[in-house]
Amino acid sequence: MTDLIARSPAFGLTPVAYGATTLTEGPWQQLTALMPFAGQTARICTALQDAYGLNFPAPGRLTRAGHTTCVWTGRGQAFLVGSEPVQDLARYAAVTDQSDAWVTLDLTGEQAAEVLARLVPLDLSPRAFGADHAARTLLGHAAIQLHRLENGFRIRGFRSMARTIVHETADAMAAVAARAALD
Amino acid sequence: MRLTCPLCGARDRREFTYQGDAIMLTRPSNDDPTAFSDWLHLRDNPAGRTRDLWYHEAGCCAWLVVERDTVTHAVHSVALVEGEDAD
Repeated sequence: MTDLIARSPAFGLTPVAYGATTLTEGPWQQLTALMPFAGQTARICTALQDAYGLNFPAPGRLTRAGHTTCVWTGRGQAFLVGSEPVQDLARYAAVTDQSDAWVTLDLTGEQAAEVLARLVPLDLSPRAFGADHAARTLLGHAAIQLHRLENGFRIRGFRSMARTIVHETADAMAAVAARAALD
Repeated sequence: MRLTCPLCGARDRREFTYQGDAIMLTRPSNDDPTAFSDWLHLRDNPAGRTRDLWYHEAGCCAWLVVERDTVTHAVHSVALVEGEDAD
């Protein structure tokens, strides 16, 4: 029998560090896409409250309870992160396992926002993009989901784009670190 | 250029894909082949206000109707084609 070796989406690509900024692969978590059926958003909120104690997020937001997060990922779509989907959810929404399809990368350090400013066309100041904000946007040419961590940002991209996202981010990290070294 | 997506807020032009005149949303009946052909193929190219379809490809993936002015570049309105909830 062939002995297959399980590799994480960013295997061999991370960690990357320049100055005080670090790019690491985030923890593997169960990802489930929830797409509520027409007019079922209120019911999915009740089901999520019963199971995890959180609501279906409003556009551009995320909700948290314990180790479970629900991240808005588009019109009528959110990702349930970190918990198994309960059976009840499938009554009110299309439920799809996405766990192996995405790469999760954590960009941390004081200059994380300056690195992303070179790649992401969003205002990421704490005033405009707080702890409960979640965005779908671009990192260079790659489509990503983005939200804050305590000391940086969590980037979730298509698994097939892992190498591109790490490469682009590492280049921007190097440029920000080089500029900081000049000051 | 920035468009204010009703779901995502003000976003950079590069997140959007342009489709064309929003008249595509009002499909005429097939009874009159000439009218149907005109609707399908003939487009005005006005200097001034236009009403176009844009797709927020790198954002919420919603179709949007954008009213803007091709002379002044002012964006007058951005609206969802369908509701906030997908189905």
